[in-house]
Amino acid sequence: MNFKSIDAKQWLRMGPRAMFGQFMINIAKKNKKLMVLSADLGRSSGLARFKIEFPKQYISVGISEQNLVGVAAGLADEGFKVFITSFAPFLSMRASEQIRMNLGYMKHNVNLVALGSGLSMGFLGNSHFGLEDIAIMRTIPNLNVTCPADCSELGKVLDDYAFNDRGPSYIRLTGIPGSKNLYDKNYSYKFGKNITINKGNDILILSYGSVLGQARISVEALKKMNISVQLVNVVSLKPIDDSVITLLKKYKKIVTIEEHTSVGGLSTIMSEKLIKNQINSKLFSISLPDKFGPTGTYDYLLKYHALDSDSITKKIIKIFKKK
Amino acid sequence: MLKNIDKLKKLSHKIRKTILDISYNSGEPSHIGGALSMAEILAVIYSNFNIKISKPFDRFILSKGHGFLGLLSVLYCKKFIKNKKEIFQFQKNGSEFIAHPIMNKSIGIETSNGSLGQGLSFGVGLAISYKKKNNNNSIIVVLGDGECYEGSVWEAAITATENNLNNLFIVVDCNGHQNDGAINKMMNFKEMKKKWLGFGWNVNSCDGHNIYDLIEAFKKSSKTKPTAIIAKTIKGKGVNFMENNNDWHHGRLTKNLYLESLKSINKS
Repeated sequence: MNFKSIDAKQWLRMGPRAMFGQFMINIAKKNKKLMVLSADLGRSSGLARFKIEFPKQYISVGISEQNLVGVAAGLADEGFKVFITSFAPFLSMRASEQIRMNLGYMKHNVNLVALGSGLSMGFLGNSHFGLEDIAIMRTIPNLNVTCPADCSELGKVLDDYAFNDRGPSYIRLTGIPGSKNLYDKNYSYKFGKNITINKGNDILILSYGSVLGQARISVEALKKMNISVQLVNVVSLKPIDDSVITLLKKYKKIVTIEEHTSVGGLSTIMSEKLIKNQINSKLFSISLPDKFGPTGTYDYLLKYHALDSDSITKKIIKIFKKK
Repeated sequence: MLKNIDKLKKLSHKIRKTILDISYNSGEPSHIGGALSMAEILAVIYSNFNIKISKPFDRFILSKGHGFLGLLSVLYCKKFIKNKKEIFQFQKNGSEFIAHPIMNKSIGIETSNGSLGQGLSFGVGLAISYKKKNNNNSIIVVLGDGECYEGSVWEAAITATENNLNNLFIVVDCNGHQNDGAINKMMNFKEMKKKWLGFGWNVNSCDGHNIYDLIEAFKKSSKTKPTAIIAKTIKGKGVNFMENNNDWHHGRLTKNLYLESLKSINKS
């Protein structure tokens, strides 16, 4: 899927959930085998129009996430291309064992679309936040974990899963309508590969998801202060693009930025890589704490957890100055 | 009809004998009781439906995964697995034949299982697929009565009726026992029937060891609803010292007990 700069601007206003529904319509036009299922969150997945245009390719199973995964696996076994949606914790935790059995153990080709992950559910609170989902999903064998940074990347990721045989996946949606874009113009996406956003020499920043939009603004601010940052989009949390090891060796200071707790996410993955490869670089983690925090608007929460661009800039300056 | 019943009685006996042979040969404890309770159910399903390994076919899902000894036995008796040496790999180190099914479509094992309450949702997905493809074949799922404590069973039960899955059949093997002992009264045979009726299914209850009853129960299907056959069975059926004795939920056959169990099934 290619896009124009003007598309990216429009999609930003729609937000990832509405755009998910739109992208599914585009895919359904080309693929009659597409089936989209939801556990009573069709409207919240931007699928209202999809339901009207492709009623035979949509199933609501009601509020039953465990059942949703099993039914999806049955459809996948019969050759349908299946995408299912629910909020991040309801898929990754409530239906975790169904995912392990059907997608992991039996490798049924189902794509799990986790809506509103990270902090993006705002006032709906911790019950709806995706704080630990990557940690849980990445331990299941055979399951890909992909975290698009903005709507255009979401479109590319969905297209890639829809028209290739990548195996089962957990696709993690973060950000809200109006969240900063990472990509202003079209770029090349390859399954399982990192994407370099900015080249620099002093510090390596690895990040994924909507906070990359914040990180990119930081990197521009840091440039003006003569701090040169290599910014890399780790869109695939599983499999991990092992070309990152060369970068881990090259940079003495590495920062991971993520909208996920410090347990089991990107910082943990990179710690493992550093130790396994006996690399001496220092790793700093900017993430959510291992606790349940307050609720509020998405912007408020990003600031509260120092994941907004200003806070990121300040932290990077500190890290830069550290001896 | 009578000839057919006689044939299926013989098949049920052969399934029981195979269960005991495999279990004894393994030298390990295995789930014998809940396999023996299914012998007639499996004999009827594998003879009256068109279960094969290639399309188009009716498909069988064993949701009570710990009944795998029963499934393995019927697959052998029906020649999905031809060599006895293969089934005797059961519970040998590194074998694919263990306490619970591991998916292997080339010999008719449709799902990996062992975590209870998951088979019906998968069956619902298959049944919806068949409808979408205008495939007139059926999906048959066997559940345990103890398994019906799992909430996910009832989630799937709702989706099945909401989608008018008249191509979906389940048999609940009501052997009256679970791992820790007898099923409590809220989940007994009578209550089980009420529950499936309450969820909008076409429900037929029957004696799960009576071939004629089972065949009739499958015949009384519905044009609009999925069908639940609530089959009253005896855990350990056919082996006198195992019947309703939950020590044989998971037990080991010594040589003496094996020989005694063979005598017992030959008498009954």
